[in-house]
Amino acid sequence: MGSVTATVASPTDSNVILWFRTFWSISRSGFRRYATYRQATLAGVVTNTVFGFLRCYVLLAVAGDAGEAAGYDRAQLVTFVWAGQGLLAVVLLWGWTDLADRIRTGDIAGDLLRPVHPVTSYLATDLGRAGYAVLARMLPPLLVGPLFFDVHLPARWPTVPLFVASVVLAVVLCFACRFLVNATAYWLQDVRGPMILWMLGSGVLAGLYFPLRFLPEGLQQVLWIGTPFPGLMQTPLDVLVERESTAVALELVTLQAGWVVLLLAACRLVQRRAERRLVVQGG
Amino acid sequence: MSLVIAAQGLRKEFTVRVKAGRLRRERRRVIAVDGVDLRVERGEMLGYIGPNGAGKSTTLKMLTGVLTPSEGQVRVCGLRPVPQRTRLALGIGVVFGQRSQLWWDLPLRDSFDLLRHVYRVPAAGHAARLRRCRGLLDLDGFLDIPVRQLSLGQRMRGELTAALLHGPRVLFLDEPTIGLDVVSKQAVRGFLAELGRAGDTTLVLTTHDLADIERLCRRLVVIDHGRVVHDGTVAELHRRYGSRRLVVAELDAALVTPPVLPGAPLERVEADGRRLVYALESAGVAEVVAGLAGLTTLRDIAVVEPDIEDVVARLYRAPARSG
Repeated sequence: MGSVTATVASPTDSNVILWFRTFWSISRSGFRRYATYRQATLAGVVTNTVFGFLRCYVLLAVAGDAGEAAGYDRAQLVTFVWAGQGLLAVVLLWGWTDLADRIRTGDIAGDLLRPVHPVTSYLATDLGRAGYAVLARMLPPLLVGPLFFDVHLPARWPTVPLFVASVVLAVVLCFACRFLVNATAYWLQDVRGPMILWMLGSGVLAGLYFPLRFLPEGLQQVLWIGTPFPGLMQTPLDVLVERESTAVALELVTLQAGWVVLLLAACRLVQRRAERRLVVQGG
Repeated sequence: MSLVIAAQGLRKEFTVRVKAGRLRRERRRVIAVDGVDLRVERGEMLGYIGPNGAGKSTTLKMLTGVLTPSEGQVRVCGLRPVPQRTRLALGIGVVFGQRSQLWWDLPLRDSFDLLRHVYRVPAAGHAARLRRCRGLLDLDGFLDIPVRQLSLGQRMRGELTAALLHGPRVLFLDEPTIGLDVVSKQAVRGFLAELGRAGDTTLVLTTHDLADIERLCRRLVVIDHGRVVHDGTVAELHRRYGSRRLVVAELDAALVTPPVLPGAPLERVEADGRRLVYALESAGVAEVVAGLAGLTTLRDIAVVEPDIEDVVARLYRAPARSG
């Protein structure tokens, strides 16, 4: 009796705080790591911007005199393209083989020796990377687009927070997809096959090459409900250009969140299975 | 003393696919570690050696929780390495000489800072350990350079620091001096010796450089074909494999009959009879020196320690014991 422990935070509380602090530190380091490659950033920005013009003119041509295609007006199409060009680098659809490389070389052993779950630490790093990409890769096309074209600006206030949430979810979703594609290296050693499939599939099915609304209605529904792909780009972009009512947009983002939960769980499951059969090569 | 590592009947099998014919591939079992028993007390410095492919690294990976053993019991710091890997990670430090665990694109300073958060170490303890490593390993010149631009020696010093910043109870080193030049090797060895003197860190070291072992480890475990073939001190290894200390007497002129010394047979006569080499068996150095001191032509006397490389080479060449 009489012992005073009230000043001590409960252990679960402090654990959660510590967990977030760890997560935040790893994210910050992810930001810094990607920020070191300035030339690569510049090259990426130039490429995305050039392709932005290309895609913009193509879609505007599709809209033609009617001034409308698949339910988007001209301004919506322009915003779709330019925000998409920025978003591409933020979700990082392509070009991430860090995990596969580390599995192939055996450096993955180093990741397993950390007191943080590999899925958690890779996700934290990726969020940091995405943070840098928002500043360095997404802003330039978003600023260039309106200089040359009439863009659609959000007219309803919930659009902006919903768009931000949808982008964060898209980053996590894309990370989970990339993690799973990379994790095939645990079984295959060489991930070029799955990687090519992923590149082909994601570009078309995420709505990068053209808005998914151009597809037949039935196919759209299958894609939207049955695959995570629309959540990678189509969902945040549709939210931004206000293709649907706020209520429907909210539903789309919820669907996206569902896929995030499902795929992150899959990542953890795959990682656990992989660790059980892991062979760390050489030395 | 408390037991830090306890492994019993540790065994690891891999399946490899071997080409057998044009399309057919055969699965073949490879036994990398075959029933290793190991008990290491707190503060021990253990040398774990063996030829290439003997199973050293595989054992280390099972002890650290990276690989799941096919069979056997293992406890490190009282934890089961694979199921409790993330908890175990807080208590151990690992350096793989052939791989980097630092962040390639970050300067060492940032890597160290990140490690503090990853391991959730209080800032004061972290800073104190970093200060000590900076002094002993001379890190100050390259703390702000990204890891990818460091030389191998610098990187290895960084790796050692990174493995120690959370104050691990056990340090596993897998060939930490591989590819290092003499100066860097000395720096690393000196640092580890210092760590060993403090006495509360247990150290398990695998290496091909036996000088590492001689400098650092009293206890030596030799593994070959997945089995422990020797577990004891370096001196015991010499005794067991018949390597002896030698006393070399240099003479001004050859003797017709070299003196016969009890307990120290004449091993060989060199330099046209002007150099006599006695092997120490039951006799001590003093007796042999006394026995030789009477020689009028004696110019110099030297005691030569047995070379661990020779013993180990003999050990590796010996055919694998079956059973």
